[in-house]
Amino acid sequence: MAVKVPENVIVTSLDWVANWVRANSLWPMPFATACCGIELMATGASRHDLARFGAEVMRFTPRQCDLMIVAGRVVMKMLPVLQRIWLQMPEPKWCISMGACASSGGVFDTYAVVQGVDRFIPVDAYTPGCPPRPEQLIQSIIDLQAKIKATGTAFGREFKTRTEYDGPKPLALETLPAQTVVAPGDFTTATRQHD
Amino acid sequence: MPYEEKLRERFGPEAFTTSEFRDNRRVIVPRERIFDVLKCLKEECGFDMLAELTAVDYLYYPNARDRFGVIYGLLNTATSERVIVKTYLNEPDLTIPSAFSLWRGADWLEREVYDMYGIIFDGHPDLRRILMPQEFTAFPLRKDYPLRGRGERHNFPVITRAES
Repeated sequence: MAVKVPENVIVTSLDWVANWVRANSLWPMPFATACCGIELMATGASRHDLARFGAEVMRFTPRQCDLMIVAGRVVMKMLPVLQRIWLQMPEPKWCISMGACASSGGVFDTYAVVQGVDRFIPVDAYTPGCPPRPEQLIQSIIDLQAKIKATGTAFGREFKTRTEYDGPKPLALETLPAQTVVAPGDFTTATRQHD
Repeated sequence: MPYEEKLRERFGPEAFTTSEFRDNRRVIVPRERIFDVLKCLKEECGFDMLAELTAVDYLYYPNARDRFGVIYGLLNTATSERVIVKTYLNEPDLTIPSAFSLWRGADWLEREVYDMYGIIFDGHPDLRRILMPQEFTAFPLRKDYPLRGRGERHNFPVITRAES
């Protein structure tokens, strides 16, 4: 059955259009806490030029962003802030864990450094390196664009299926539950106002 | 050393011991006299700057008799002379007089020593943790604290993708 379509009109699916638009205008939230942040700046600067992928608009407020780039180590005091910023970002949103420290704690296996942000917030892409070169971060963004184009839906149905913790399994070397000291505090008390 | 003669004349010859390594001069004082010695050094010997205040945990240290050492690094800004004042503390009484009334710079230094070692500075106006979160319950630079912590950093709510 042939349908006559006027000139300059194309037919497509809503999902495809949404994915095409979203993948090519990722606005990063630079959560840069360490040396990865310098590489993130280099990625946005003229030599590597993240604008080629439509992701050059670094916004310093989470309310205007849809891609969080966690660049650098996150310590215990910063994690509630990270969670709060993640919750403040509007849908749809994605997260890149940039570098060894954000992905696994890196060399900082100490009392204060969180061993990977994926234990506490959902992560879509990991960038290896210490710190990663801008090319590696760009590759992560290209991979994330491919992921959005492959799995994205106009109304974010693919996010609703991720109801389980999708981070790594706890390490065998971690503290046993019996020895764990439970300290109060979470993202609802992140600003920690004390008397 | 002029300050050493002054201290001997003030506190008697048995009140403290001294040691020296190259140009590093130390005065080792018992805890009961630490505040008076610091006050004498500041007001009569011209050590007007508290350059450093730190602590050492001597647990598992060979031939150590005391658990903690508190170390004051003083500087005379007129003569550039330096002296290190040490005192030792043992559990369970980890209280030491605060040097805040002598040098205002002792404020954050004492808070840091309290945060990391749990040494209480008696008379400090605002002895809170300075680096670790207020909810933290341990003292991480003590030698009996495990290198990987006691699980405090795993204790945050997990945000799944569907609920965020």
